[in-house]
Amino acid sequence: MKESNMDGLQSTATETEQQLEDMAKEMRLANDGLSEQDKGYFCDVRPHRVEPYKGIMESFANWARSQSLWILGFGTGCGAIELRPLMTSRFDMYRYGIQARPTPRQSCVFIIGGYASVKTLKRIVRSYEQMQGPKFVLGLGSCTVNGGMYWDSYNTINRIDQYIPVDVYIAGCMPRPEALLGGFIKLKQMIREGKCEGMNKYIDDFDWYKANQKQIIHDWNMPDYNW
Amino acid sequence: MATERQERTMQEVNDSGLVGDRPAGLKFVHVEADQAVAYITRLRDVQGYTHLVFFTAIDYIEDSLFRLTYMVHNYDSRQDMGVQVDIPRQGASMESIHHLWPHAATYQRELKEMFGIDFPGSPGVDDSFILEGWTGISPMRREFDTRQYSEQTYFPRPGRVTHDTAAYMKENLYPSEAETW
Amino acid sequence: MNVIMTKAWYTLISLFVITNYGLLLGGTMARVRAKVQGRIGQPVWQPYIDILKNNFKRTGIYHGVMFYLGPVFRLAGGLGTYLFIPAVYGSLVFSNFSFSGDLLLVMYFIFFGQLGMALGAGQSGHPYSPLGVSRGLAQMTAFEVPFALSVIAIAAQYQTLSITEIVAAQQGGMLNWVAFTNPLAMVAGMISFLGMSMGNPFSVVIAPQEIPIGPPTEMQSSFLGMLQTNRAIFNGAKLVLFMNLYFGGATNIGVMVVKTFLIYLYTVIVDASFPRFRTDQSIRFFLGIPALIGIAAVVLQML
Repeated sequence: MKESNMDGLQSTATETEQQLEDMAKEMRLANDGLSEQDKGYFCDVRPHRVEPYKGIMESFANWARSQSLWILGFGTGCGAIELRPLMTSRFDMYRYGIQARPTPRQSCVFIIGGYASVKTLKRIVRSYEQMQGPKFVLGLGSCTVNGGMYWDSYNTINRIDQYIPVDVYIAGCMPRPEALLGGFIKLKQMIREGKCEGMNKYIDDFDWYKANQKQIIHDWNMPDYNW
Repeated sequence: MATERQERTMQEVNDSGLVGDRPAGLKFVHVEADQAVAYITRLRDVQGYTHLVFFTAIDYIEDSLFRLTYMVHNYDSRQDMGVQVDIPRQGASMESIHHLWPHAATYQRELKEMFGIDFPGSPGVDDSFILEGWTGISPMRREFDTRQYSEQTYFPRPGRVTHDTAAYMKENLYPSEAETW
Repeated sequence: MNVIMTKAWYTLISLFVITNYGLLLGGTMARVRAKVQGRIGQPVWQPYIDILKNNFKRTGIYHGVMFYLGPVFRLAGGLGTYLFIPAVYGSLVFSNFSFSGDLLLVMYFIFFGQLGMALGAGQSGHPYSPLGVSRGLAQMTAFEVPFALSVIAIAAQYQTLSITEIVAAQQGGMLNWVAFTNPLAMVAGMISFLGMSMGNPFSVVIAPQEIPIGPPTEMQSSFLGMLQTNRAIFNGAKLVLFMNLYFGGATNIGVMVVKTFLIYLYTVIVDASFPRFRTDQSIRFFLGIPALIGIAAVVLQML
């Protein structure tokens, strides 16, 4: 069922003592030592898993989610150039129910277009965590798969799935809009089968993802979890 | 052994006024490091080269020096001129020219981050230019092995192969023929 | 008791019809726009799926009580606007709760939703929300001027503030419409309708490229679902209001659908043809020619 992230503290009452201790250690306030003004900007609650519905309700919900995919209008790399022809008349993504939304709060699909430099990765992580679940990630281009053309660059990452969970990869440099639409159709199929649980996967392996992110991003001046 | 087409191209290049590999009107002047700023000031104030086109550096690791190139442009005679200055690689630093052109501060910031050349007094020269939280050596220096750094830091995916298209096509179409170029 | 139950049923039916009509109208207009641009466009029932998807989101960010109440106020404004306008004249089911003086109440409810949204958007903490809200309220104050003048002119002409009586006075042929008996009031009203529907050239409030969506920037999951439902109801209510005021009302649902569709098409055509005004330009626009037209309409009635 739907849960608000702010209620996370109450739901730990039923966990074991050891887990409580661990969480207490983590929940040492990240905004310690900040001025009164800045304290409010930092959130200090870990994310909590939300289980999907059961049976026909989840099938219906997945059908609705697959028919209405709202992508985040954040062109992270050169893949964004392939999103523009999609919006125009020739390739028309609107007939698939795909719309572009300007804010991560309202979107559910994040298209990582192309290479991700360390600077962009910080913003990708921040935007991804602000999206509301269930959320899906499309890796567009070879750079998200194995580093692509920039595999030996000192500033771009090689595999995006070390940092955020990815549902569908679309290989190419750049893939044509038809390939991108094919990727969307595959994503819809996977959503309807219930295989796209990226949100819960991120929460389950939260420490691993965070460790990878913090290893790459050196000037970490944001909260651990940016809800 | 140039083909006829290559001969024709070289003739066109010579006719258009290229000398060696540079346009005929482009001159480069080699200046000592302590006289460079004075010379550039003279170019700007007296001889009319009022526009700074760019300001960059080349790393000659074999001669262990950085060659800085200041490109200035004269709007009246429509000429470019390059001023080249050699500075040593160890403890590289150069006098700042931000008092001549304010935007030179950005070029100097870039050179500080990418090559490690210090420009004392330039506004904001220590701010990060593109890289955030970079703690290694300046990445454009040639002793920095970017491939090794990438393999160590950014988890490479095992099993990555490269397919060279020319080799692949040759293998498929003409496997028994020798290379003819 | 029976009377109350029947009235409650009629209200629910009326709300059901206008909600579905508003959603389908939005979807149809998106498809019309797509055909004009030479593409296929989203299916007509896409707004339903969007609302369903938003309500099926598993998490929601909650910024406080006022943030929760913002969409609720907006929905209340939309419902209030609709329920006091007779949708179909002479029908028992669709005449809602109209009474004498309901014209002023409806004008109040149009403003009320935006104010509630302002409070909710302000508490979200996002800097773009109150930016959009301040633009929206400034623009709303501006377009209320020609609209109010037009309403005064009509009220003076027909000596009543009840929408039902205004519709009754327009029956009996097309020449009885206010559009033809009081054209100045109609022109002022229709220009202010462009501002009310927040399409180009007055779309700076929800400008998607400038401030991400404006007031609903932080609204997500079920909050957004509520806002989208309200958009359909509110849109339908405004269209029905303008149809009643200027174009003779409707005596059956078919006529209502046709007339509201044409009025909506008019705003969509203007929306597709013009670029965007800045807020100060749109305020200056509304307080210029449309206000003068409204004043002329009122003055003509007084003579």
